[in-house]
Amino acid sequence: MPAFIFRRFLSSLVVLLCVASLTFVLSRAQKGGPFEKEKMSVQAKAEKERKYELDGPVWWQLGRYMDKLFLHGDAGVSIRYTDRSVAEILGQKMPNSIQLGACAFLIASLGGVACGFLAAMRRDSWVDVSTMFFALAAISIPTFITGPLMIAVFALWLRWLPVGGFGGFSHLLMPSVCLALPFLAYVARLTRNSLLDVMSANYMRTAKAKGLDDATALARHALKIAILPVITYLGPMAAYVLTGSFVIESVFNISGAGSVFVNAIQNNDCFLLTGAVILYSALILFFNFIVDVTYTFLDKRIKLHA
Amino acid sequence: MPEAAANRWTGAPPNGWDVLRRNRVAMISLAFIAVVALAAVVVPFFLPADLKKPGNDSFFRPLTVAGNGTSYHLIGTDVNGQDLFYRLLTGAQVSLGVGLVAACVSLLIGTAYGMVSGYAGGRVDSLMMRFVDILNSVPSLLFVMIFISAFDGYFKDALDAVRLWAQTVHWGWLEHFARDLIPYSRIAILVLSLGFVQWLTMARIVRGQVLVLKELAFVTASRAMGQSAWVILWKHLWPNLSTIVLTYLTLTIPAVIRDESFLSFLGLGIEDPAASWGSLLKDGAQVINPLESKWWLLAFPALLMSSSLLALNFLGDGLRDAFDPRSAD
Repeated sequence: MPAFIFRRFLSSLVVLLCVASLTFVLSRAQKGGPFEKEKMSVQAKAEKERKYELDGPVWWQLGRYMDKLFLHGDAGVSIRYTDRSVAEILGQKMPNSIQLGACAFLIASLGGVACGFLAAMRRDSWVDVSTMFFALAAISIPTFITGPLMIAVFALWLRWLPVGGFGGFSHLLMPSVCLALPFLAYVARLTRNSLLDVMSANYMRTAKAKGLDDATALARHALKIAILPVITYLGPMAAYVLTGSFVIESVFNISGAGSVFVNAIQNNDCFLLTGAVILYSALILFFNFIVDVTYTFLDKRIKLHA
Repeated sequence: MPEAAANRWTGAPPNGWDVLRRNRVAMISLAFIAVVALAAVVVPFFLPADLKKPGNDSFFRPLTVAGNGTSYHLIGTDVNGQDLFYRLLTGAQVSLGVGLVAACVSLLIGTAYGMVSGYAGGRVDSLMMRFVDILNSVPSLLFVMIFISAFDGYFKDALDAVRLWAQTVHWGWLEHFARDLIPYSRIAILVLSLGFVQWLTMARIVRGQVLVLKELAFVTASRAMGQSAWVILWKHLWPNLSTIVLTYLTLTIPAVIRDESFLSFLGLGIEDPAASWGSLLKDGAQVINPLESKWWLLAFPALLMSSSLLALNFLGDGLRDAFDPRSAD
């Protein structure tokens, strides 16, 4: 186990390094630089580039940036936001996004498993059919349609919840449900199908033959196996939830890291952009790692390779 | 025993296409998508020309007479006074086109990758699949955004250079073509980069199939006859993969359309004057306010987009039930 964790840590670090370099190089390769929008003379522009260490060939800029980032832990400063540091900006905005994402993640995984379980237990009944229909609908309809719809119904018409902004629980409820819906639906479909698969397996027949009732057989033998596809999906789902929160933040007017990212792209703010990408990727890689470890505890047939 | 022999079922096993044809929801979905696609391509030709141009008819309600008094705005107008029905149809052209082409790009990459990985097997296979796992754990949509913003400027400049060159050699058609293409320049990059991030599922499915197929007798036979790996892959494995590839192609299209609309909604995808469902919804969401609701700007694009995506997903599910019944999700 420690060997696996160590190897996984190293490979994650390599991936992170590649991701960071790719982002930095791409954002430097963009036409016009970060200083293009301001009108300034050639000398002033060169002076600014020297100040931000953005002069010279791209690989040289990348080398200096990596040196600063990994050896001194300094993610640089934002070019647009009047020279505030990247760490400061992300530290201010990221907690909101993570809170929203974590809520949505919990709702999607728990609610999805519950719905899928219900549908599988009542196979081919109206519960099953309608759950699966709504699941497909929730997967098909993008969140920027359900978002304004929910605002119109729950905030403007019924006046139960606030329209937007960020604060207590009531502010968090609508955006996180809206963000969670498509993933909840996907998890529900996964759970249902894999439960049905497992319940028709031979070892379940054996379990019933040795005298276990349905509920015990399910709890003791089926759930652990049936949940595996769901666990595998949780890793990519974390990535989708984090990127999905971009739209939710703009629809519900939440000041999170999504708008920072989009603005950084539009303003060609290379340090801020790379910092945000590194943070997102690190979160997701870490999450995938946890998922992998959980997987081995649930399924003893799997051997870990890094 | 003659009775037992008489009772034995002698029919052919059900063909996938028959299974699909009996799936009523999937057939209705297919018809719906066909109608939407046909309408998106054909109907704009028959709309009066002054309806398509931006005008003074800003924010007209649905079913009102246009400013010139001759034609109706069937579902209202947008902020520039353009007919929303026309915008919606051109948006459908773009969205469906992007979905189809990007899904085909992902098909090419994913199938080739999966076939090579599955057929090679062993260490090559596990290395290639590990790479897919790594890509799956990176937020790919962020990279689509970065790709678009990095290459968009170059592509636009190239088109502009073509336009200027055509001007100097007096090729009118090429000049017009390049000029009309400039607002759509992002779409080409969008299509490519979405195709480049969507192939992972396809690769995994194809690889799984190839792993099973390559152990079958006909592959061993053709290998014994001395056929090369490429010939076997192309001549013997590809025909057996085609239905499964078609199934996952159908399921990739709505995923791509959703990603494209996601980017357009954030303002990083399709730009005016070109439209897609996502950019129309963005425009609609920008003018929404509780005092004076311009609901049609949001309602009609949302309705058309949701129903089209739902139909595509139903069709894809039907195809999967028909051709890949064991791997439902």
